[in-house]
Amino acid sequence: MRKAILYILLCLFAFVFLYPFIWMVSASLSEERSIKDIVLTPVHFTFEQYTKLFQSIPILGSLANSLIVATAVTAGVLILGSMVGYALARHRFAGRNAIFYLILFTMTLPFQLTLIPNYILMVEFGWTNSFAALIIPAMLNAFAIILFRQHFMSIPQDLIDAARIDGCNELRILFQVLWPISVPTLITVGIITFMTSWNEVLWPIIVIRKESLMTMPQLVTLYAVGGRSLGQIGMKLASATMLAMPIIIAYLIFQKYFIQSMANSGLKE
Amino acid sequence: MRSKGTERKSPVAELSHKVAGKPVEALGDLGVKRKSSTSSYLLVSPYILHFTVFVLFPVGFSLFLTFHEWNIIGPMKYVGLANYEKLIQDQYFLKSIRNTLVFLAIHIPLQIVIALGLAAVLNEKIWFRAFFRGAFFMPVVVSGVVVTILWQQLYGYEMGSINTFLMWIGIKKVGWLIDPFWAMPSIAIMATWKNVGLYIILFLVGLQSVPRSLYEAADLEGASKWQKFIYITLPGINPTIFMVVVLSTISGFSLFIEPYVMTGGGPLNTTLSSVLYIYKQGFFYYHMGYAATMGFVFALLILFVVMIQRLTIENK
Repeated sequence: MRKAILYILLCLFAFVFLYPFIWMVSASLSEERSIKDIVLTPVHFTFEQYTKLFQSIPILGSLANSLIVATAVTAGVLILGSMVGYALARHRFAGRNAIFYLILFTMTLPFQLTLIPNYILMVEFGWTNSFAALIIPAMLNAFAIILFRQHFMSIPQDLIDAARIDGCNELRILFQVLWPISVPTLITVGIITFMTSWNEVLWPIIVIRKESLMTMPQLVTLYAVGGRSLGQIGMKLASATMLAMPIIIAYLIFQKYFIQSMANSGLKE
Repeated sequence: MRSKGTERKSPVAELSHKVAGKPVEALGDLGVKRKSSTSSYLLVSPYILHFTVFVLFPVGFSLFLTFHEWNIIGPMKYVGLANYEKLIQDQYFLKSIRNTLVFLAIHIPLQIVIALGLAAVLNEKIWFRAFFRGAFFMPVVVSGVVVTILWQQLYGYEMGSINTFLMWIGIKKVGWLIDPFWAMPSIAIMATWKNVGLYIILFLVGLQSVPRSLYEAADLEGASKWQKFIYITLPGINPTIFMVVVLSTISGFSLFIEPYVMTGGGPLNTTLSSVLYIYKQGFFYYHMGYAATMGFVFALLILFVVMIQRLTIENK
């Protein structure tokens, strides 16, 4: 009996969490005037909203931009983050602890503090309206370094010693010996970084003004706010669906990793 | 069905454990060639560079800017404390703080109750656990832009699904985003829907970190379910509660895209958030000095609020 109540409760909540997505997809596949009648499935099924969307904004170009930016950022964070994390975990040098505490400290800094000066920095560097502004500042973060450091502290010293006797330099040890046995950590950092970069919207809105360089969340936002959709609810929802789909598909395939990554990210605090 | 993630110890406990466990550093005596410290500094150099350019300089420059007036194009003008004086008299600034507090007052309790409740249920022996957990987590992975556009329609006054449902069960329509009383609570409810999946996962990790033996001992003493919850579960997941409160607070102070898309800060500025106001001052009016001052003060405010939360929760 008690179990039955629990299941009803769970199903109710599952419905609340999934229904909006189902409604969104259905609405984006219906005629504008039928959206108010939608319960679950599309009414007067049509791809019209999407064809009109493709005609009015460069959404596929923004998809490519988002992919380029998120991939570059993720590659940067994995490579640079693991380098710093490795040195902090396995090297002894003057200032190591100071750097570690500095990293912990920077994690607590609210982004509001650096938003304006970082924008000015982009202006001074001449990086506004370029991918450099989206990629370079995001190529390293404290959270990734901490996770890599934690992980590299747990690796047997013998492995590193053996590689050193074989004459490997530190970069080869890191990328050819340690990376292959660090796949779970690489996936955790990779997923969180990619997702954060993919969903980032405030920073692109600030530094990118040229439509051809906009990332997808930015373009969809401007489209929804800027009134170019002319009150067309179906087209707004079609653009939102297109923005959601890549990450939802990735999530459905790698669900276990997504959830595990976020559980690990609890280390943040 | 349980993933590895949920079987771990509490993340906080794990962190302190690893920090306490010293790294193995038995190199020198083994006759193995010691790496030069040059290579160490080369490895950490990306961080030093990144920190200097994108953290240290901006923080310093931010402080410098708070004493100046600057529209980015023209010359910078020293104004002393004028920005700060303007700030404490700025009713929009005060309003944005008030709005954030309204958001937090609704968001944090709602978040903790729902997340803890669902985590407790998922912690039992349940069929389709992975499905339920996966469903609750879905909004976490999608962009806030998607969630905002979607909920703007759900909250619609005439045709929105939520009002349609309310009418169907015989309740009057609510002006979710157009009523000054309801606008911020509506955003807080939406944000809870978006984030709660993450906190369910964190609470699950926390719940699994409470030692089984404590419950067994309590059973022997004849403790009730409620007593076990109050005296064993709650203290056990205290670090998780603190984490959830802090993360929710930070997300409250970071609200931007939600009011930007849904309400533009209205009605009657009841959803004007701190970041939206900084954005408007900085990138609409180009008051760089004033916007930087606001960013500076908000950052201090966040750190202050988090510190108070830490003290309150640790004392309990």
